Amino acid sequence: MTSISLNVNGRQVSGEAEDRTLLVEFLRTNLGMTGTHVGCDTSQCGACVVHVDGQAVKSCTMLAVQANGSDVTTIEGLASNGTLHPVQKAFHENHGLQCGFCTPGMIMAATDMIRRHGSALDEKTVRQELEGNICRCTGYHNIVKSILAAAAEMGDAQQAAE
Amino acid sequence: MYETNYHRASSVSEAASLLAGSDEAKLLAGGQTLIPTMKQRLAAPSDVVDIRHIAELKGISVSGSKVTIGAATSHAEVAQSADIANVCPALCGLAAHIGDPHVRHMGTIGGSIANNDPAADYPAAMVALDATIHTNNRTISASDFFVGLFETALDEGEIVTAVSFDAPSKAAYQKFPNPASRYAMAGVFVAQGNGGIRVGVTGAGSEGVFRSSEMEEALASDFSPAALDAIAVDPAGMLADIHGSAVYRANLVKVMARRAVAAAG
Amino acid sequence: MGVEGIGARVARKEDKRFITGKGRYTDDMVVPGMKHAVFVRSPHAHAKIKSIDTSSASAMPGVIGILDGKQLTEDGIGSLICGWAVHSKDGSPMNMGVWRPLAEDTVRYVGDAVLIVVADTGDQARAAAEAVVIDYEELPAVTTALAAMKDGAPQIHPEADHNLIFDWEIGNGADVDAAIANAAHVTNLDVDNNRLVPNAMEPRATLGVYDDSEEHYTCWTTSQNPHVARLVMSAFYNVAPENKLRVIAPDVGGGFGSKIYIYPEEIVCLWASKRTGVPVKWTADRTEAFLTDAHGRDHVSNIKIAFDADNRITALKVDTIANLGAYMSLFSSSVPTYLYATLLSGQYNIANVHANVRTVYTNTTPVDAYRGAGRPEASYLVERAMETAARELGVSPAELRRKNFITQFPHQTPVIMNYDGGDFGASLDAATKAADYDGFPARKAEAAGRGKLRGIGMSCYIEACGIAPSKAVGSLGAGVGLWESAEVRVNAVGTVEVLTGSHSHGQGHETTFAQLVAERLGVGMDTVSIVHGDTDKVQMGMGTYGSRSGAVGMSAVSVALDRVEAKAKKVAAHLLEADESDIIIENGELKVAGTDKSVPWFQMALACYTAHNLPDGMEPGLKESAFFDPTNFSFPAGCYICEVEVDPETGKTEIIQFVAADDFGNIINPMIVEGQVHGGVAQGIGQAMLESCIYDPDTGQLLTASYMDYAMPRADDLPSFDVSTTVTPSPSNPLGIKGCGEAGAIGSPPAVINAITDAIGSNKLEMPASPQAVWAALNAK
Repeated sequence: MTSISLNVNGRQVSGEAEDRTLLVEFLRTNLGMTGTHVGCDTSQCGACVVHVDGQAVKSCTMLAVQANGSDVTTIEGLASNGTLHPVQKAFHENHGLQCGFCTPGMIMAATDMIRRHGSALDEKTVRQELEGNICRCTGYHNIVKSILAAAAEMGDAQQAAE
Repeated sequence: MYETNYHRASSVSEAASLLAGSDEAKLLAGGQTLIPTMKQRLAAPSDVVDIRHIAELKGISVSGSKVTIGAATSHAEVAQSADIANVCPALCGLAAHIGDPHVRHMGTIGGSIANNDPAADYPAAMVALDATIHTNNRTISASDFFVGLFETALDEGEIVTAVSFDAPSKAAYQKFPNPASRYAMAGVFVAQGNGGIRVGVTGAGSEGVFRSSEMEEALASDFSPAALDAIAVDPAGMLADIHGSAVYRANLVKVMARRAVAAAG
Repeated sequence: MGVEGIGARVARKEDKRFITGKGRYTDDMVVPGMKHAVFVRSPHAHAKIKSIDTSSASAMPGVIGILDGKQLTEDGIGSLICGWAVHSKDGSPMNMGVWRPLAEDTVRYVGDAVLIVVADTGDQARAAAEAVVIDYEELPAVTTALAAMKDGAPQIHPEADHNLIFDWEIGNGADVDAAIANAAHVTNLDVDNNRLVPNAMEPRATLGVYDDSEEHYTCWTTSQNPHVARLVMSAFYNVAPENKLRVIAPDVGGGFGSKIYIYPEEIVCLWASKRTGVPVKWTADRTEAFLTDAHGRDHVSNIKIAFDADNRITALKVDTIANLGAYMSLFSSSVPTYLYATLLSGQYNIANVHANVRTVYTNTTPVDAYRGAGRPEASYLVERAMETAARELGVSPAELRRKNFITQFPHQTPVIMNYDGGDFGASLDAATKAADYDGFPARKAEAAGRGKLRGIGMSCYIEACGIAPSKAVGSLGAGVGLWESAEVRVNAVGTVEVLTGSHSHGQGHETTFAQLVAERLGVGMDTVSIVHGDTDKVQMGMGTYGSRSGAVGMSAVSVALDRVEAKAKKVAAHLLEADESDIIIENGELKVAGTDKSVPWFQMALACYTAHNLPDGMEPGLKESAFFDPTNFSFPAGCYICEVEVDPETGKTEIIQFVAADDFGNIINPMIVEGQVHGGVAQGIGQAMLESCIYDPDTGQLLTASYMDYAMPRADDLPSFDVSTTVTPSPSNPLGIKGCGEAGAIGSPPAVINAITDAIGSNKLEMPASPQAVWAALNAK
């Protein structure tokens, strides 16, 4: 067992876990944060995507102890003070989710994608960037629409701020 | 996953001594292959030595045409490197299409080449760029480094520290992904450098990455897609699985090669 | 239409919990003392179990219990059932083998459960499962239906000679043969329908909790129909009487049919909880899901369509062999029969239709309903044959179809179904217009200039939803009628709770059902809560599958609302001293028509509960329930057009445009309906171009048991879709709804394959049309 300390969604947390414990298991089991999901065993579906030190990673493909000392943002930490993140809002307004299981990973992937590409995102890029996130319900149509809407809104907000 | 012991090394020498301290230790770089393998209980290292945080393994330097990439440099960092893009944009493009964005944030060039998956992208680039693989003990030319499926010239306990190469005058990489795994079913890296034209092929060969000397010769006299028209890739040396027969892969190798030559211009 | 009522594009009420990580799925559940289960499964496709040694595994750290099938039998736990009895054409009952929740003597597919291991942690259970020693005597295995029917094939169940489960027929056979003999043209096509793995993104999971003080069981499970699960586990599996068994299906991450069935794991975890004295949770990993979730499709068929000299269809004849896997799953017998052959008349006026269906056991995962369930197989067969016929006859595929459309309703087909409405020409017109069907030749020429092969394909599907009128399905052998129940509770403050037997696992019932209430009672959607998925809360239900929640589930709500309205009007009339026939319900008030007299909705509700001023003899309270049984199936139909470009050098196909024009009857929320079509079409395109479930024919090992080898549709495999609807209301339910959940998966595969075969100029192409398959077809010419 190793003592693991993380800053999760702005809060310092720690816990004991075996070295083989995956980050997603640590989040779900040790911290009781079940918003991050596991949908496959082969690191392909992306239901487990979280941000570690500001970058999207698959929390099923990282040991918790590898993240020791890192900042982790999960789906539970995206809204601030009850205000939805623009990506969350866009998924809601554009029906970007159905069963909701892939949604946390989709939203975390989308926020990372917008961070890297800004409002310049186009449909083709969004579709390519979603290679690591599988959805069975939506046919991706409204997910793509949601991400483009969020990117545009965040781009507008950034311009307004400048 | 079976039980394992995690160690975070802060230097290459510490990593080497941690590796030496256990018979069943494995290096953990980005972990994007090792951890899935461990999850499926197909690998059971007693110890994993995390080298992702070692400063001396990180970073990209471009000096003139000489490119050096630290082994712990992520695919995302290579993809986004303006310095590499100035001298060898083909490598940035290759890195930008490894796995998916999340994998690219974690996966490293050192991990990729040390693993030598027959469908990985980097090995094709390494052999086509005539790269040099630097380890904690020596340097190895890419032609000697990739030995077979998941096999390299690395000795027990030897650690890849960097790769370096002279930027080619032109180069391009084209891959045809497996519809399920998205790994290369055929990936061809074509480079024209000081040492001539080299063609590295991944995803297709039954012995792993290989160079196509036939294509290299044809392109040496005429660097154009049409120069490859007469070449017949032999299916005998190709991988075959449910996604692609040897005949189909042989076709893909040729098509990707032609497209890479066209893209290299 | 108001901003929240029927027809409004309302964003979903349930979204917030899912987009903030507060969705609660079965694997998220934790109860005190909970332990973890791993199943020991057969690594062989067919074998005798000679011995099981758990001695060293039992002694491993954390292990609480390792239980086997003999113990299960000792405790009287029943065998898995098939809920629909289908008889062979000679009148004999189906040859059904025994499916034990834990195999005792023989394993029949890779993944067949043998033991359950319960331990403190999942890792400990997994380690112990690996340490169990089972001595198997391997038997020859067979994976395809054709091979399983041959003389000398491995016998999988003693009950089924030549592995034949039944040999069934429907329609007017002699007339069909005569019509074919006299035809001006016969199109004859062999078509396979590829086996698929449903792949809901949430893997199946269950948590079984036995409380010995109450002798009561609670089962959390990933189910589309918790009440059916309770009914079956009580009535057939002897887990517990219904009053001692609570089944909860909380948030469920997609189903697509695969979570209809009651699998061995639910039964065994409940039983193991009693045996071990601890709550037992099991969650499938993805490979386990590939191996054990009921698969879909897997037909081998021949179709013949006969035409007269005027290109009118005179007969349609089908011969199908369906692979049902190693055991008969819950609805498995109905899928290739009553949900399939009854739709073989398609949208066409055909006097003579006959189908023969043989179902066969193989050493593969059981096959059951998967999105569309029988109807995609029918539509693929008919629509590929129609496109083929048009090419053979040298006529426009659109016009050949139009010429043969049914235009008068009701229309009795020769295969049971009585189509009660529709306008197939309207869908065809909408789709051809949206796709610029007539402008295709110019686009094909332009693509040829870029070295690409462009093709266009169409399909005009019809399906039967609103499953199902109880008397009709009862007469066909279904074990239970498929009505639905609802209860509408109006609280003393006027807020409304709707309890429904439908189950939402992505369909958005918390929104659409609330829209119906808002429309009818004139209250805000935020005052309406939808309760589902818990047998302790909802009286009874048949669940969600077969595109039935709107047409059947919401109709039950509608009937209950009729009753609520009637009482509310009585109370309001009494309060307002008016005649109840003059009361109208509008904008949160009950008004006397033509006057300014009104009582707010909440005040009327309060009066029902204070009960001081109710009409004499009226009971207090305001709560009504209903069971709704439709009078007929509903018949969604539509026209889909797909346009593709094939790269001839690699065989890679890109979908350039996909147009869906559907008739779903009346629509509650167009945004949600469009989402259902998008998802269905994506699954259909997945079947047509990507997804393939492949077994090693010699060993019976599943070669596509993970996303490394099973190609799931991803965002960059698909285009954005052009979807639209035309409306002819269904006459078989009060809301006029037909259903929209499966259409996309039913109509799209033939459209895609018709487009690709058009592009490559060869009809020799099976699904999935992978790059390799298309390239091979191109190079075989």
